[in-house]
Amino acid sequence: MFTQSKKAKLLAVYYGALLLWLSTTAMHIPDGYLSPVTCIIMFMVALPFWIIGIRKIREKLNARSVPLIALLSAFSFVIMMFNFPIPGGTTAHAIGATIAAIILGPEAATIVVSIALLIQALFFGDGGITAFGANCFNMAVIVPYIAFAIYWAFSKNQPLTSKRRLVGAFVGGWTGVTVAAFFAGVEFGIQPLLFKAANGTPLYAPYPLSLTIPAMIIPHALIASVAEGILAALVVAYLQRSNVAVLEAAEKPAVLAEAGGFQKLRALWVVLVVLIIASPLGLLAPGTAFGEWGKQELAARGLGYIPTGIEKLSGLWGAPMANYDLPALGNSNLGYLLSAVVGIILIAVVVWLFSMLLTAGTGSKKT
Amino acid sequence: METTTSSSHSRRRNILEQTLHGITEAIEHAVFAEQISAHAGLLQSLDARVKVVSMLALLIGVSLSHSLLVIAAVYLLLLLLAWSSAIPVGFFIKRVWLVLPFFTGLVVIPALFITPGPALLHLPLGLVITQTGLNTVLFLLLRVSTSVSLTLLLILTTPWNTVLSALSVLYLPDVFILVLGMTYRYIYLLLHLANDMFLSRRSRVVGYLSTADNQRVLAAISATLLGKSLDMSSEVYLAMVSRGFRGSIIALKPFQMRAKDWWWLSVFLAIAAFVVVMGR
Repeated sequence: MFTQSKKAKLLAVYYGALLLWLSTTAMHIPDGYLSPVTCIIMFMVALPFWIIGIRKIREKLNARSVPLIALLSAFSFVIMMFNFPIPGGTTAHAIGATIAAIILGPEAATIVVSIALLIQALFFGDGGITAFGANCFNMAVIVPYIAFAIYWAFSKNQPLTSKRRLVGAFVGGWTGVTVAAFFAGVEFGIQPLLFKAANGTPLYAPYPLSLTIPAMIIPHALIASVAEGILAALVVAYLQRSNVAVLEAAEKPAVLAEAGGFQKLRALWVVLVVLIIASPLGLLAPGTAFGEWGKQELAARGLGYIPTGIEKLSGLWGAPMANYDLPALGNSNLGYLLSAVVGIILIAVVVWLFSMLLTAGTGSKKT
Repeated sequence: METTTSSSHSRRRNILEQTLHGITEAIEHAVFAEQISAHAGLLQSLDARVKVVSMLALLIGVSLSHSLLVIAAVYLLLLLLAWSSAIPVGFFIKRVWLVLPFFTGLVVIPALFITPGPALLHLPLGLVITQTGLNTVLFLLLRVSTSVSLTLLLILTTPWNTVLSALSVLYLPDVFILVLGMTYRYIYLLLHLANDMFLSRRSRVVGYLSTADNQRVLAAISATLLGKSLDMSSEVYLAMVSRGFRGSIIALKPFQMRAKDWWWLSVFLAIAAFVVVMGR
């Protein structure tokens, strides 16, 4: 992608990573960073989780749920305002989705965090309206589901006051937010790949995946994820000391997950797979309009240069562009598909490793 | 998920104050918005549903636009609307630009250099600002600030409970709007509670708290808040039941479209359509 000297390139990468990090209202994606197509897809991805969440609330909580959801959404909102200190003199804002998931189960936590995010977006300009689906998917779906699965793997069959629950809450919160940061990085990073003006100007977030993914993951893994994890663990510890009733009540929805914490993630995996398969299809229609031309077409359109990224990629795939009916199916989409698959596989492996580690632990230490 | 860094000592002393400050600011912020929405002005006089629909239409238009000029025109239009709605224009510009676009600006600076394209300006260190780089930066900045301004304009000119009821125009279920309204109301209650807890804790602290101590304080406050929220939710539920709540919701719809509302709705929608067409 880069045409500058190596020194300038390094400088730019460093600077970009640093500043992407500094800007971290980052997990709250504002309007204008994501293309409308991405926004629509992310709304569609979040939708089933909203439906699952509402169903769950209806069947478990019925009429009581109205004030309960309202108050916990308010709680979630207030938690997002706390400056949480991290060792090393930095503070970060936790999302509170981990606590919500531990108390309510991930399905209802999705609704609670989504409502808090909606009020943030509407009244406080924190996170965009068009990017609401993406923000909900990252913070209200990924975080609670992953955090809960890990917490549950740690605390299954453990007494309410077990120390393992604290470890589970920390690891769960940390992993949840880090994975969410990865997704935010992907959402940012596919923008310049897919949505450019005719002359190659990226129309939305301008940085490639190679920059956005580390820029999102590294600072979050070091700071915001740590805040989420520590806060969740300390809140669980506090509840163990002084309000076990809350944890006990929380066990009830969790009993539904008796079959195993990771089965809770099944719905998530299905959606992810569908997403991988569907996203390039979804991009087909607007693809032509958004200027997804192949190398030769770019030249034919009177462009003085061919973006180096396209040059490289077309070499990689060796596709005879001239024979394609639909130039929109160009190489960058394949690149996107590939990166999505690689990313998902990577996460799957990490989560699977975690689950292996954890279940091995529970087996031997059963009480 | 904002993160901040600074030298350790002042930071450690200030974490409680920081949070206190943030909470107080959020409360003031909302109060100020309420004040402006009570002024007489163009947007204040319109039906909230018109504003919600127009805001969304313009938001979509702006996010679809491939033309900088069109986005800039929408931004100017918003300034004009702010002015005609008794919003101090200087405040309106500052409020938007000092936060999000400022950070966006910092973040996108490298994109000036690393976006491939014809060179525009040569700088020392072998850095070259490209035409495409400049364009992409302008796109992001303008789009972000115009979108934020749109939302802000709606919030500043409409009382919050009216904004929420107006969401029914998007076919959101009444239960959802009820929950949203209760959430918003209880956010302020919980913010006040949190504020009290922080203040009372702060007033009992002499000297420095270590990071670990601060973490424990915050966690204790969070967990207490959680406990209170859960308790309060059952109390609120009982209060609702004793007032006749049986699980179904009848929402008041205090809206009435007048000729003026229809007129402005068509104006805004025409502008949004124009934005979409011109932005292609």
